Amino acid sequence: MSTTTAFEKAKADGRAALVGYLPAGFPDVDGGIEALRAMVAAGCDIIEIGLPYSDPVMDGPTVQAAAQQALDNGFRTTDVLRTVEAVAETGVPTVVMTYWNPVARYGVERFATDLANAGGAGLITPDITPDYADAWVAAADAHTLDKIFLVSPSSTDDRIAMTTAASRGFVYATAVMGVTGTRTTTSDLAAPLVARTKATTDLPVGVGLGVSNGDQAAEIAAYADGVIVGSAFVRAVLDNAGDRKAALRALTVLTEDLAAGVRRA
Amino acid sequence: MTTHLGEKSSYDADARGWFGGPLEGFGGKFMPEALMKALDELDLAWQGAKADQAFVAEFDAILRDYANLPSPLYEAKRLSEKVGRRILLKREDLNHTGAHKIRNVLGQALLTRRMGKTRVIAETGAGQHGVASATAAAYFGLDCTVYMGKVDTERQALNVARMRLLGAEVIPVDSGSATLKDAINEALRDWVASVDTTAYLFGTAAGPHPFPTLVRDLTRGIGDEARAQCLEKYGALPDAIAACVGGGSNAIGLFTAFLDDTEVRIYGFEAGGEGFETGRHAATITAGETGVLHGARTFLLQDEDGQTIESHSISAGLDYPGVGPQHSWLAKTGRASYQPVTDQEAMDAFSLLSRTEGIIPAIESAHAVAGALRIAPELPEGATILVNLSGRGDKDMGTAMEWFDL
Repeated sequence: MSTTTAFEKAKADGRAALVGYLPAGFPDVDGGIEALRAMVAAGCDIIEIGLPYSDPVMDGPTVQAAAQQALDNGFRTTDVLRTVEAVAETGVPTVVMTYWNPVARYGVERFATDLANAGGAGLITPDITPDYADAWVAAADAHTLDKIFLVSPSSTDDRIAMTTAASRGFVYATAVMGVTGTRTTTSDLAAPLVARTKATTDLPVGVGLGVSNGDQAAEIAAYADGVIVGSAFVRAVLDNAGDRKAALRALTVLTEDLAAGVRRA
Repeated sequence: MTTHLGEKSSYDADARGWFGGPLEGFGGKFMPEALMKALDELDLAWQGAKADQAFVAEFDAILRDYANLPSPLYEAKRLSEKVGRRILLKREDLNHTGAHKIRNVLGQALLTRRMGKTRVIAETGAGQHGVASATAAAYFGLDCTVYMGKVDTERQALNVARMRLLGAEVIPVDSGSATLKDAINEALRDWVASVDTTAYLFGTAAGPHPFPTLVRDLTRGIGDEARAQCLEKYGALPDAIAACVGGGSNAIGLFTAFLDDTEVRIYGFEAGGEGFETGRHAATITAGETGVLHGARTFLLQDEDGQTIESHSISAGLDYPGVGPQHSWLAKTGRASYQPVTDQEAMDAFSLLSRTEGIIPAIESAHAVAGALRIAPELPEGATILVNLSGRGDKDMGTAMEWFDL
């Protein structure tokens, strides 16, 4: 199921969609599935599952620590597919966010096939751009998977147009110059970037990087089609290490706060 | 003019950074969108700079007056006697700051000034590129931040002090394996956030386009000079040339001028560490497989799932799980031959060169010397082997004291 479906549903409700992220295998594979399903139950419209990688240049310390924990526990690429299957079963569109080398190593076509078979909606690819993604574009088109590329405040208008033309599902706008991590105020770079992006496409635009509470979600929901939250969810799990029930409660409370935020814009 | 900045070879990248084309070749630009504009601007600025005679002349003057270049080509007579072949050493150890790396940083800093940026960042393994970057920043009056793996800051404390004395901020990185690759990750994170004012002085001929080409162009003076010096002194080209390969900047710097001299054999020596069987090595081309790391498709040390495997070498400067994409291309085409040299072989050569020539080489460069000793018997009598002595060994005395129980 394409992520577009979830954006259309949210739009019909007159609100932005809430996109929630956790890396797979964190705190372990089954625990990660349980956590993501709790986020679905509490109101995430789309789930983004990270594929832990040894050299994550776009991740801040919080997400890095979580991914490293997954790798230290013996995480394998196939574990992300199992996680996708378990989350997509809920009926919520589920995408994988991955750095490129694990996919290249698995085999691009094979990964696309297995992801589609697991019920995955597509890929978010933070370290490749459409002009260097021929193999992925071909595989995604063959399996009708979402190709979610990033645009940035530093992107030229030409590059934004090139990127949105190559995208399917939605476009991921990185709201702050810098890496992921929760921030106390959201960036004033986001709104102009969303406007520049929307000028080139009818696809929904999600804004990511930095949101940690309902008020910030509401602020972004005023001009974006989706609010993407990652580090704050990871933090909720890290803060409750060793206590699964408390972690699930924290994830539920955070999701509900964010879900209320995207509804009061 | 000693550096032929704008000269082409048959093994250059295409306009999009591919060595050998996008399908089967190496290189490219696998990077976050946030950095694409900066990389495009850098590419354009470099095209303009190397075509600008004033820029080229200024670079040349700085290398000559400040960095002590061209470096001598020295015939190592006692070593030559021992191995039965003529060994020529390109003395990059005599450069200001003690290694070939000064060429790259002065060039990139000069380009930074031309682009109107005021801050530079760099990653460093052994600290040599960090010291060189801090030096270039001081020379041009630029702010400088150096990222260095925490493990490396501990084993190279003297270089940390040098960088700080030169006015740079040194940030220890303790994520991942806390070594060079993690320092690169952290520098890239900084750059994503600071790209408007900041240039990333990449330390080796690796990473996303245009860095492999830019760094190659800036270090190619090693080979340009050596080729001319060899012709002038001996009236002939060397039969073989040799360099150590980590990321590969000194090697590509030596090789480039000789790539189209088909009669010259080219050898790159990688860090074989404790030996293949132990898995503790950094022999990326010999043992690695194609993948994407730090922006380029190249050979790299990775597991079945594409996770980077930590490399090992006694020499911090070769301790990197990837390699510059042009080296991957030269290996694949067979133009250059790459072989591993173990820690033991490198340290034996380190000792031998010290005792026979009175030259204490960097342990990195000792890998090249060890490799030259290995290939010497395969070459005809009277053959000449030109070895790039990429750096001096002062920084390695701690390791040497431990290894030789001095």
